[in-house]
Amino acid sequence: MTLIDFFRHFTNALQWGSFYALIALGYSMVYGIMMLFNFAHGDIFMVGAYIGMFISSGLVGLSTLGILVLPGWAILVLTIITCMILTSFVGMAVERIGYRPLRGAPRASAAITGLMIGIILETGNLALLGAQRRKYPELIEKVTYHIGPVNVTNTKFIIVFLSILLMIALHQFIRRTKWGMAMRAMAYDFVVVPLMGVPMNLIAVLTFALGSALAAAAGTFFGIAYPVLEPYMGMIIGWKAFVAAILGGRGSIVGAALAGYLLGFIEIFVAAIFPSTLRDLIAYSIILLILTIRPHGFFGEAYSARLRI
Amino acid sequence: MRTRKSDASGAKTGKSSALRKFGCYLGQIPVLGWLLGSLVAVIIESTLSYPLARSLGLPNIPAIFGLRLVFTKPLLIPSALLFVFIVYAVPIVLVAALTASATNKLSGLLLKKFPMVVPVVIHLVFLYAIMHVWGSINDYRVLMLSFILVSIILTLSLNLVNGYMGEFSCSHPGFMALGAYGCSVLTLIFFVNDDLFGAALLPQAWGPFLFPLCLIGGGIVASLGALVVAIPSFRTRGDYLAIISLAFTFIVKSLIENLEVIGGPRGLMNQPKFAGLPIVFVWMCLCVWVCVNFTRSIIGKAANAVRDNETAADAMTINTRRTKMVTFLLAAFWAGVAGGLFAHIIGYINPSTFGILKLSEVLAMVYLGGLNSVVGSIAGAVGLQFLMEILRPLAMLKWIVIPVLLIIVMIRRPAGLISFTEFKVENIIRPRRKKER
Repeated sequence: MTLIDFFRHFTNALQWGSFYALIALGYSMVYGIMMLFNFAHGDIFMVGAYIGMFISSGLVGLSTLGILVLPGWAILVLTIITCMILTSFVGMAVERIGYRPLRGAPRASAAITGLMIGIILETGNLALLGAQRRKYPELIEKVTYHIGPVNVTNTKFIIVFLSILLMIALHQFIRRTKWGMAMRAMAYDFVVVPLMGVPMNLIAVLTFALGSALAAAAGTFFGIAYPVLEPYMGMIIGWKAFVAAILGGRGSIVGAALAGYLLGFIEIFVAAIFPSTLRDLIAYSIILLILTIRPHGFFGEAYSARLRI
Repeated sequence: MRTRKSDASGAKTGKSSALRKFGCYLGQIPVLGWLLGSLVAVIIESTLSYPLARSLGLPNIPAIFGLRLVFTKPLLIPSALLFVFIVYAVPIVLVAALTASATNKLSGLLLKKFPMVVPVVIHLVFLYAIMHVWGSINDYRVLMLSFILVSIILTLSLNLVNGYMGEFSCSHPGFMALGAYGCSVLTLIFFVNDDLFGAALLPQAWGPFLFPLCLIGGGIVASLGALVVAIPSFRTRGDYLAIISLAFTFIVKSLIENLEVIGGPRGLMNQPKFAGLPIVFVWMCLCVWVCVNFTRSIIGKAANAVRDNETAADAMTINTRRTKMVTFLLAAFWAGVAGGLFAHIIGYINPSTFGILKLSEVLAMVYLGGLNSVVGSIAGAVGLQFLMEILRPLAMLKWIVIPVLLIIVMIRRPAGLISFTEFKVENIIRPRRKKER
């Protein structure tokens, strides 16, 4: 593999890993704070991508009609922000309908409920919007920069940059604000902290809202990078991001992000070196190996000292 | 204390008492009586009911008790109800009630004088006869029954791991795929002149007799695959095992897609249709028998102990490694058998059948029916498959109704509808004597 190819794969892997990292963050936060797996998260990613498509198509349409003319980058920023807000509402609805009634139930039941909500989202999309694949409108012109012998498109830059920005923003929110402290406290002890006056329901809603917003951002970026959307796109990426979240260690946010990037790197480089049909096989074998050697992920604890219901 | 509705003897009067008396009366009919009644009903349906259906305005004998007509032709619902009442409800209740004393005495006699095998086999023969006659109307019913029986085997095998041992295992589609491919490869090598594997090595006539060996071979392949999941399970539990089993399913699917020698993404076809309804029924009975005995055995109880508290179980001298290994291998074996039967019912398999959708379906069956109970697995499998068939006219909306139903069940009863129940055959087939007047 030449250096040029290596660099190309490297940038691809950074972009691909950004999607996994953003979605895995949602899984990891919900798991760390609420001790349950939200299997509907991949489909929230899909919902975010579709909402982003509708908003950006609408704004682009308004621009061409001359009603509200905005430059491309302004439409992009507006789309991302609005999409994140709207999808966080979807996430909050999912929490309210599916997970709050099951707060005290065994975790497997909540997992099944999540799975079913995911199926409802997928089928609802299919029923409402039809099976035709949708195209994401082009918001920013693709400019290819030539740095020496290598070529990089600006979309990759923007996606990776914005993803890292969002992850840093989340990290700062959790480290420095009062609500972030409340979330960390809930993750530390699920039973006693509500007795100290931390509103459990609000924290749950906030967790889901943040996770869904990140997934929506991932969906919008995915739409920019690969402009074809279909109802089942969340399924495969969602499950792989779930694997990344566990690989990073239970409840660890930094671990989830790192593991997401690692998974992206493994997949892209495996597809580059070996025949691409063997990609899933080898990538998952590597993951199986990592989990056999270090069963609790990168930053997970070998046992949990936390009290659990 | 007398309530308003009681009379001097303390019995409730009014409409509710007639219904109660009827219910009490029906409760005294043993299972053998109900089986006899059902047999008479399906015989009536298969021989005499077509003119009745035509005269009621139905185009043909309704396939699933008229439940699908609710969606396709709602106007025919009254006639379908009448048909079901006349052909099913009346003969079943009549025959069961009239023969109640005879069947009570017979059940009692069989239970007392013969070893347990005899009454069980008699009941199973009746059950199979009912299915056979019911299915003789059209092939669709036979196919549906075969799939239901295969789902029962699959659900039971998953319940062993998820319910009795408490591991959230996502690996069953992988086991089923391994079993289906293993069994199909054996059948294709030995009995079919095929492009992939060359001429048949044995005469086709031997096929139905050696088919059980092929099924067992497929099950063994699936069990060997289960080692990949069982060995990491010694070190981890819970969530990490879920990931390992999920990775296993992806790996199996990817492996099959990449092996051109067994067809790759195009799948395998031309499997001979060895899995008729009697064969599938016999294997289902074997599976229920083995699984019930497993749950009652020491290893089954050890699996329950491992689920409840692994450290305590280890301290109580349970060999947790052996328990996990045996449970995983047994579950994988039966999932493999289910896969092999599935492959030979329709004669075609391809790797995309055994993906995330199949995982969702099989998890739904287990959690709908109930964890840690054999009756729950059977009920969940039958219920979900029936529901999928009944809702078929709704096309895509089927996949909204079924998840909503499952969410409601999960919210109300998080462990499933019929969970943590023992399967006592004696209680099921015992005579229910009339009370002394």
